[in-house]
Amino acid sequence: MRATVITPEPLDIHALLPVVNAPGMGAVATFLGLVRDHNQGRRVLHLVYEAYEPLAEKALQRILLEAREQWPSVILAVHHRTGQLAIGEASVAIAAGSPHRGDAFAACRYAIERVKQIVPIWKHEYFEGGDVWIEGATADPDDAAAREAATRIACA
Amino acid sequence: MRVTVRLFARLRELAGAGELHRDVPNDATVAAVWELLTREYPAVAPYAASMSCAVNAEYARMTTALSDGDEVAFLPPVSGG
Repeated sequence: MRATVITPEPLDIHALLPVVNAPGMGAVATFLGLVRDHNQGRRVLHLVYEAYEPLAEKALQRILLEAREQWPSVILAVHHRTGQLAIGEASVAIAAGSPHRGDAFAACRYAIERVKQIVPIWKHEYFEGGDVWIEGATADPDDAAAREAATRIACA
Repeated sequence: MRVTVRLFARLRELAGAGELHRDVPNDATVAAVWELLTREYPAVAPYAASMSCAVNAEYARMTTALSDGDEVAFLPPVSGG
């Protein structure tokens, strides 16, 4: 299994664990992002994720490199789903292996914050009564302030 | 020269296509392609303030110069996760 994956197939958090496991690892922190049945007062029916796949893959690789700069002993894996997802399905799976739990939690949190900032993936929300494209962050990997914000959240 | 334009999410819907092919001057930048697009599809114009762009699947700037055959992508604010 590769450390970074963009796939229309259902995500399996267990598939990430061998990627981040090694004899020196004492902790693995994992994160699963799920499709929620409500958003901003709307009853969500399902989501459709669209990706610019070649760039999304590179952006995930970039997040792994950034994390390695800050937490050199951490190994990260980030998988993101595309296509139509039902309520309760996982849209993103992250695993961070580290000799100690502190860095594992921090790197895992950093990765999801950066995914939301710089990975070219969009969610199209279908809710009771309509649909809307969710638009979050203007993606700019070189935006130092955004990266610092992700680090602050990760280390809070 | 000829470039491929890729559009995603709501930008794709506003233009009615995710992939376009356009002839542009040899010294064209990403910004020139965007101007062409906004003339053709005025509804996309408000995205100038919030979108990102990429050339050949690498993040780029509006000032990035293009070559024949390049793929230029315009990306609305992202919402993965």
